[in-house]
Order: sequence, then C-alpha cells, then structure tokens
Amino acid sequence: MRLNINGEAFEVDVEPEMPLLWVLRDELGIKGPKYGCGIGACGACTVLLDGNPVRACSLPVSAVQAPVTTVEGLGTPDAPSDVQQAWIEHQVAQCGYCQSGQVVAATALLERFPEPTDADIDRAMSGNLCRCATYPRIRAAIKTAAQRRKLG
Amino acid sequence: MGKIAKITRRTLLVGAVAVTGGFAVGYYLYKRDPGNPLADNLPEGSETLNPYLRIDSDGVTIITPRTECGQGVHTALAALVAEELDLAWDAIRVEAGPPSVAYYNGKVLAEGLPFAAIDSSWSAERARGFGDVLGKLLGMQMTGGSSSVPDAYDKMRRAGAAAREMLLSAAAERSGQSRQSLTTRDGHVILADGSRLSYTELAQEAARIEPPADPKLKAPAQWRYLGKPMQRVDTAAKATGTAEYGIDVERAGMRYAAVVTNPAIGSAGTLVDDAAARERRGVLDVVPISGGAAIIADNTWRALQAAGALRFDWAPAEYPADTDAMFAAVADAFDGSSDSQLRDDGDVEDALGDTPLEAEYRLPYLAHAPLEPMTATVHLQPDRLDIWTASQVPLQARKSAADLTDLDEGRIHVHTLMAGGSFGRRLEDDYIKQAIEIAIAQPGVPIKMTWSREHDMTHDFCRPLSIARGRGAVAGNDITAFDLGVAAPSVTCSQAGRAGLPFAGPDVMIVAGAWDQPYAIPNYRVTGYHTPGLAPVSSWRSVGASVNGFFHDCFMDELLVAASVDAVEGRIAHLNDAPSRAVIEAVADMSSWGGALRDGHARGVGFCLSFGVPCATVIEVSKQGERVRIEHAWVAADVGTVLDPDNVDAQLSGGTLFGLGHAMFGEITFADAAITQTNYHTFRSLRHNEAPPVTTRALENQSEIRGIGEPAVPPAAPALANAIFAATGQRIRELPFAKSIRFAIRS
Repeated sequence: MRLNINGEAFEVDVEPEMPLLWVLRDELGIKGPKYGCGIGACGACTVLLDGNPVRACSLPVSAVQAPVTTVEGLGTPDAPSDVQQAWIEHQVAQCGYCQSGQVVAATALLERFPEPTDADIDRAMSGNLCRCATYPRIRAAIKTAAQRRKLG
Repeated sequence: MGKIAKITRRTLLVGAVAVTGGFAVGYYLYKRDPGNPLADNLPEGSETLNPYLRIDSDGVTIITPRTECGQGVHTALAALVAEELDLAWDAIRVEAGPPSVAYYNGKVLAEGLPFAAIDSSWSAERARGFGDVLGKLLGMQMTGGSSSVPDAYDKMRRAGAAAREMLLSAAAERSGQSRQSLTTRDGHVILADGSRLSYTELAQEAARIEPPADPKLKAPAQWRYLGKPMQRVDTAAKATGTAEYGIDVERAGMRYAAVVTNPAIGSAGTLVDDAAARERRGVLDVVPISGGAAIIADNTWRALQAAGALRFDWAPAEYPADTDAMFAAVADAFDGSSDSQLRDDGDVEDALGDTPLEAEYRLPYLAHAPLEPMTATVHLQPDRLDIWTASQVPLQARKSAADLTDLDEGRIHVHTLMAGGSFGRRLEDDYIKQAIEIAIAQPGVPIKMTWSREHDMTHDFCRPLSIARGRGAVAGNDITAFDLGVAAPSVTCSQAGRAGLPFAGPDVMIVAGAWDQPYAIPNYRVTGYHTPGLAPVSSWRSVGASVNGFFHDCFMDELLVAASVDAVEGRIAHLNDAPSRAVIEAVADMSSWGGALRDGHARGVGFCLSFGVPCATVIEVSKQGERVRIEHAWVAADVGTVLDPDNVDAQLSGGTLFGLGHAMFGEITFADAAITQTNYHTFRSLRHNEAPPVTTRALENQSEIRGIGEPAVPPAAPALANAIFAATGQRIRELPFAKSIRFAIRS
C-alpha cells in the first residue's frame, strides 16, 4: 500500500482495516497525531486528507487515496505555519495533547472560511475536545491567524 | 483567625501516619542531605552545582522536578532558577530530572492537615512543619495539591542564587578581580572591564566552591521574569506536534502491549482462553497479569484488537454492583458515627430551632479521563530496569518497580515525560506496575503498554460520589446557623491502601472545601461521614473541594436567599478573611454585579477557598426557551504572588471551564459492578460551542504564595447552580445539571 504523508511517499504492508492513525504512529513513527478515543469523538488524531480534516483513528488506511498532511507537515518549531505561530503567541496549549488536532482542524477551517465567525469556529472546532478547556485561546488564535492572512 | 482554629481532633492525618517511637530516626533522616542526584550520572563534560542545574558546553539545564501535566509547572519552576541565576530566557532548557528524595515536596501534605489554610497559629505552623518531614520520609516527589510553586518558590530561587554566587566566586578567582566588581547577565559573569565569562567556562571551577549557606535573593522589584508574562518553554513543541508524551516513546526493538483486566475494579481475573487472540496477525504473546492479561504485539492497534478475543473468569467485585446501591451506602453513613467534626462553633442545635431550612445535595463519581490514556514503556535488562512514563509520583513508581523486580532502586531509572493531561490520575501508579509486570514477562524487550480509551475510563479511580445534608437558620439578613454533614468514600484511605501506607483516619478530604471556609457564622458546624467499601477512589482536580465547594456554597446561597440578602453582599458580610472578601469584590466589579441585565439573563456567584486560594466566580446565563445558555464567566483569585500572569489566566480560565463542563455533563455510574461510561460520547465534556468567554483577575493580597492549578474548579459549579436558580427559580441540588435541564449551545 502506498501512502503520501507530508509530501513523502511511504510503502506499508498492513491490514486494509488498520486505522490510518496507527499506521502513522506505529508503522511510520509520525507521532504528532494523537490517540485519544479511537471512535472519532475527540479529534486528537485529526489530519488533512487532500486538505479536508479527517479523524485518522477511524479512517481505514485502505480508504486513504489522497495525500495526507499531519501537524508536522504544517510547520516546525523553527518554521511554524501561521496558525502554529498564532498558537504559540496566544500560548494556547496547556497539556497540549489535543493541540495537534486543534491546529490541523483550524488550518482546514481557515482554508474554507478565511474570515471565520464565532459560529463558523464553533461548527468546525466542536468535534475537537480539549480536556484542559483552552477553548477561549483557541478561538483567539484562530482569529489572529485569520486577521494576519487578511492583512497579508 | 477566631474560632476556625478551634480543632477538636488534632491527631488526624498526622497522628495516623506518624511512626510511633521512630520520630528521632525520622528527624535524623530529614536533616541528612539527600545529596545531589545529578552527581550520580553526570555526563562527561558536565558539572552540577546543586540538584536543580547542570551546566555543559551547551549552557545551563534547569531541573524542574515536577511533572508537566499542562499546568505550566516546568515554565514556572525554571523561571525561579533563571531569575536568580540571570539566564537568558531563550536559552533556557528544562528537564524533569531523575526521581530523588532531593526533590521531595514539603507542601503537598498541607491540604491534608486539620488546619485551615488561613490559620497561622503556632499549632498550625508546627503541623505544617511536620508535614514537611513526613513528605520527605514518605519520599514524596509528588506533583499535586497545587503545591509545586509554594514548595519551590524559596528552594529553587535559592538554588539559582547559590549557583550564581559560586559562579561569581569562580570568576573572581580566575580574573583576580574583586567579587564586588562583578555582575551577571544572560548566562555570563560580566567583569569590571565589560568582558564576559560564560557560566559554561566557569562551571568546573564553580563546582569546587563551597555553596553559600544563605544566598541573597533578589527583591521582587529587581525581577526580570517573575511577575511578568512568560513564554512557556513547551509551547512551540506543543503547537507543532513535536512534544514527546509518554505515549510517544520509541525504543529499538520495542513491542506494544494492550491489557484486559476485571471490569470489577481491583478484583482478580483468570485467563481461560487466548487461542483466538494468539492467531491474530502481529500478536507475539499473551501474558497473565494481576487481574487479567496483556497482549504483546508488533503494533498498538493489533494489540488492542486482539485484546477483545481473550476470555476470562472474573472474580466478583468487592463493592456494590450499581450506583443506586452505592448512593444508598453513602446515605446510610449519616446514621453511623462521624469521621470528623473539624468545625463546631457555638450551639448549632439550639440555633437551628424547630424549623431549620434543609437541603440535600448529591454529586456523582467523575472520571479523570485525561486525553492521553494511561501508558508506560518499560525495559527490563539483567542489571537494570528503565521506565518511560508521565507520573506525578516518580519515586513511588521506582519503589513499586523495586518491589516487583527485586532490583536495587539504584538500578531502576524512571524517565519522566510530558503528560497529556492528568487531573490527578497520574498520582496513581497502577498502570506503571502493570507495564512492569508485562516487561518482567518479556525480559530484554522494551514494552510500550497503552490503555484503550475504554479501558482507561472503565478502570479509573474516580472522584468519589458524595451526599451533603445542610440545615440552617437565618434572622434578618444574617445567617445564624449553618450545619453541613458530608458523607463520602475516603480518598486518603483508598490511596493509602494502594500505596501500602497505614491510615487510621479521619480523612480531612471528606470535608475539605467545607469545614475550612473563612466565614464567621456564630453557630457553624461541618461533620464528615466516611462510607467504606465502595469502588476505589482517588484525587481528582481540587479533590475534596471539588465536591464540598459545591455543597457549601450552594447551601450558603440558599440561606442568603432565605435571608433576602444579595448573594455578593451576603457572602462579603459573613466572610471574616480580607483576601476572601476582596476576590468577591473583584469579581463583582469585573462583572458589574448588580447592573442592568438583558431580558432573560441572570447571574450567580460562587466562592470557595481551596489550597489556600480564595476564588470567586460569577456566571451569567440566559434562558433560551426551555434551555439555558452560559453567556460569560468572571473569576478572581488571590495567589499571594503572581509569578506568571499569563499562566494564572490560563489556569483560572481552564479550571473554571473544567469545573463547569463536569458539572453540566459529567457522571460516572456503575452497573454490574463495572463503570458504564466507556468513552467521550457518554462521559461528556465541555466543547467549543458550549464554552463561554472567561474573564480573569489575579489578586495579591495574601502573604503566602499559592498554586493555581486547582482553585478555580470548586466555585464554578455552585456559581452556575446559583445562576440557574436566579434565571429559572429551579434549585438544582444534584449534578450533573444535564439531568435536570438542557443547555443551549453558543451559536
């Protein structure tokens, strides 16, 4: 099975029903996407599939027919993406375990809604659980990133 | 502090754990310097000047020996050293460090002592000193009880200041210049001529200098970092998916393990059939463990899938089968003898009269459910055992490993990683012991054990369920009698049992957040009742105050309504602690309490003093048809000294929303002796579209510095209950609120 993750090609030999999350984490060593619930209820495993946010814990790897982007593919500590930069400036993370998924979900949101309203944010982000409840700062960081893009 | 210091049973926790006749030995152990654990395994080219720092060619590494669970402790502790040592903030590196008695927590027992946090009497201070001794004897390198900052505030500033003086002396010796002419800045000693010597190049000479006995600390006015917003040391890693949590550990040749144990928590299990599991792809072995079995596989998912194919005989539960029976047992406890009566002012029975106002409240079990499930990686080799995990009690984990393996503690290496949340769950080492058992069965192979979410939720040691019964009386605008009885399982008893420590009770935690509230009510009594024999329980963010904050403040609200007095004014009038009054005044000011509200909107206030921090919360709700929507939260707390205003805001906001979310939706129930909720769809948490904006304010009116990881949790739920009452007239006395009303999302 061939996969394209963060622009890199991988060949894996796994069961077709193995969720993408465990292929990423245990077969390929890509550990930004996190295991939180295994049933698509928390969003910690969110990755982009052809630009769309999906729950890697509930997506059989055989259904992955498009390039995958994980949080690592968006930016690095030395060269963060604009969304990651906003996350850093607002110091969103507490335990941080959900933030890989939050950052990926927010990145997808801003692609669809460059100037998201509170309602847009609620709709796009409410599937991403944060047990530390950093929601106000997540909202603020999304708005900061959107504002920057608008100003160019 | 008036009558609050009138304690009837001073032996309490201290007396129960003290080793009779062994105190002289204990005192000797306490005074003996536990040494510098960094000196044992110092890498080539490194120096250490004290247990909190290591210097090598790359600069200074600060040891922050508390576990980062999201509360910002690595940043706060690093700042204490960096401030005094004059390090450049962007050059700071932190490490959790090895487990060691050197890193004992002398403050963590304070909340378990029978003295209110605001009691500064001689007896209370002496008992706190005793807690310090016990903490060390018990090897409490513990992260918890909102105690990390109070414990480290002097210790780690002194460590930084002492190291700075040693480096200055080394620079004076080398340069031949007088020490008085030298200064420090950004990891360097600055000589009189302006030239610079880096700490790195001075480290070897500094290590030979006797540490100063009493290093001079900076005055707060000189602080560069403390008191100002800090850039967290872990924030860039956490925004880019590169922070390493326990679940992310990778070792060469590592195998993956999943576990199945008795759904009746703590009971035995016998594996009867593993044939189907062994046939599955990737399954390498099945090994029996305490209470069940583990699957070893070449991939976590394969292990988790195969776990479902194991068959067991389960031993029966050692507690009642369902929640109704458990609540019945808790209610029965009121008919037995009391566990504690730490407050009994005036003549309560007489003051209650013939027609007291009465109310009964009930709170459910709650799961910790941190987003990262329990996980540990263990590698047993002939002469050593390595454990990689996120534990709030690394010394306890090491001790457990020594017991299980017969290895000397010196051969057991605990590597502490970032925790994906905890809320108290990682104060338990059950999951670590399990991973060690598996590793013992697979010698030479690193084993990463990961719990499924379902296993994690159904094998939690929950926040106890609890019942409170209030009776009170008012005269005019005053509360004349306040009598609260609280019945619950004992967290301390349950935890002590698992840790093999003697505990004779009473347990202050059953009444913490109620008996110790700083109100002056002439006839005032708080009685605790212990319900033994229920499912095991544990510390859950804010512990006793997470239940008693609700009970005490809701009943206070009911009495103030009966006394026809404003909720803010009434609380202020009855408080006899100035910092506590000030937080309520602050939150009233922030929310423009008493001002005009939009139609259908109403507010409630909640107050609780926990972990020495008075904290007040105002919640505004609106009626949306039959539903209620939370519009805004305001929260004010007094931490004595604010080290990082940005992190205090984060913890006040997060703690408030954490408290609200669990009060709205959170409930763990039992059926057939097993936890019913298995995942986040049935153990609901607050979501983006339910979280109101939160406005915070930190005050500094009290003299002691306090921790802020927990105190915002207790007042959130009563503030919401009181707001719902103000909006609807419905007095909800049983949580979660969602059993009684429906909430509207924000948009």
